[in-house]
Amino acid sequence: MMSGWSLIRITTILVYLFLFAPVAVVILLAFNANQFGSFPIEGFSTRWFEALWNNDAIIRAFKTSLLLGALTSSISTTFGTLAALAMVRYDFPGKRSISTLLVAPILIPEVVLAVALLLFLQFLSMPKSFGLLLMGHVVFTLPFVVLVVQARLVSIRRDVEEAAMSLGATPIQTFFEITLPLMMPAVMAGMLFSFTISFDDITGTLFWKPGGVETVPTQIFAMLRNSISPEINALGAVMVIFTIALPLIATAIARIASARKIRAQKAAA
Amino acid sequence: MAADVAGARRTPWVLLSPSLATISLLLIIPMMFIVVYSFWLRTATGADQVGFYLDNWIEVLGDRFYRDILFQTFAIAFYTTVICALVGYIPAYFVANTPMKSKTFLLLMLMLPFWISYIIRTMSWINILGTSGALNTLMISLGIIDEPIQMLYNQTTVILGLVHYLLPFMILNVYVSLDGIDKNLTEAAKSLGCTGWQAFREVTLPLSFPGLAAGSLLCFVLAAGTYITPIVLGGPRDAMFANLVFEAIVTQLNWPLGSALSLVLLALLGALVVIYTRYLGVDQIAKSFK
Repeated sequence: MMSGWSLIRITTILVYLFLFAPVAVVILLAFNANQFGSFPIEGFSTRWFEALWNNDAIIRAFKTSLLLGALTSSISTTFGTLAALAMVRYDFPGKRSISTLLVAPILIPEVVLAVALLLFLQFLSMPKSFGLLLMGHVVFTLPFVVLVVQARLVSIRRDVEEAAMSLGATPIQTFFEITLPLMMPAVMAGMLFSFTISFDDITGTLFWKPGGVETVPTQIFAMLRNSISPEINALGAVMVIFTIALPLIATAIARIASARKIRAQKAAA
Repeated sequence: MAADVAGARRTPWVLLSPSLATISLLLIIPMMFIVVYSFWLRTATGADQVGFYLDNWIEVLGDRFYRDILFQTFAIAFYTTVICALVGYIPAYFVANTPMKSKTFLLLMLMLPFWISYIIRTMSWINILGTSGALNTLMISLGIIDEPIQMLYNQTTVILGLVHYLLPFMILNVYVSLDGIDKNLTEAAKSLGCTGWQAFREVTLPLSFPGLAAGSLLCFVLAAGTYITPIVLGGPRDAMFANLVFEAIVTQLNWPLGSALSLVLLALLGALVVIYTRYLGVDQIAKSFK
């Protein structure tokens, strides 16, 4: 039996290796001094990062992605959190169908969603634009926010709110003073999730983006199609560090904030 | 009081309205629109001819070319799903049954690929399998080969890229259902005389089926709807169905034809989702977000 478990353990290690090794190679090659940015490794260099920094197209793509991600996550987190509140806190007729409708954008293949939205707006004589990109990203990330916030909202107890209400707080007051602070970790999780999905998206983005506008993923894609430029690995490394650091920093901030709150509460008591 | 009750009844709908409006306006109505649009005709002048023409549908459903690519797409998605299920089950089982301390770390590592961009993970295989990639360089330096061999740009590398992209979805879904199994059940089976393997086959495996099904559905649908992986890791003959959609819409600007093509993809993949939700419900997929 023990050997069975070791076999499972070894397989697990191999699978994790399979998942991470190619990404590790990207980061390794990003620091490679070799002039083609490929093997063999010829020493440590940051030249590709410098090249990246001086590449206007890439910097522009980065700014576009950041703006798009920030706007997308603000809108879809606001909408999605409200919807999640309704789903968790209320019973109403047709709840099951509404729940399916809310996740519909992820049940439909993204390509189809992209085509439908693009053609509909073209039909309404709205050309491809940043606005279209934003609309697409919002509708596509919304279900993820609803699911993430909903899952965390279930565990928030209602008695604190009821206590506030019984002490004379209006529903609006209760929401902003009690419910929202309690929900904050869930909201942040939803926000982070939608930001990352938007930041990473390429399937829909390639359909929606106007000519000349690139996000980081479409920029990488364009660079891949032209020729394998060595800067790609550096850009990949930046992306990896960025998308991994962001959730880690957010978690750390959330943890510090909650620790401070607990300390404040203890001090008050 | 009556006004209060009516107000409370309205509240959920007020909360839902922004999301429902977004989904209706940006998804439901556009979907209905492309159904209508697929019956229009793109003329030589580039203008759409409004009407009820079956031409696009006859072309899409009758042409062997489209059928072959559809078949190829489903074959690629099928292989990807089967490999993900076989390869993904084992780590999911390990994570579910490992002591708590390493479990947190392993789960974190499992979430990590979701945060790493799809295009980066896909293109990273060029660094491994390309002519000046890690594998070729290694084999040349070991003297196994003299000339780099072309390992990229075929159907196998497309499947490899898709497995690499979708494996975390499978592991996570299987893990969620394995983790929910009451450990006493396998213990009970063993105390009643089952061997470890029998207990797994008779108790654990059937109970983890919902997670396996959810993971498989996700893998299949996401694999069958991709067009990026075949462009990056496939050769000219490895186009998938979504590539045809992209070509028709973005390159040829034949929007009515593109509508019909995307509806075919939707109908086939949608049928899978409907069958799945009929038997298992959407809740299983929602579980992995907890």
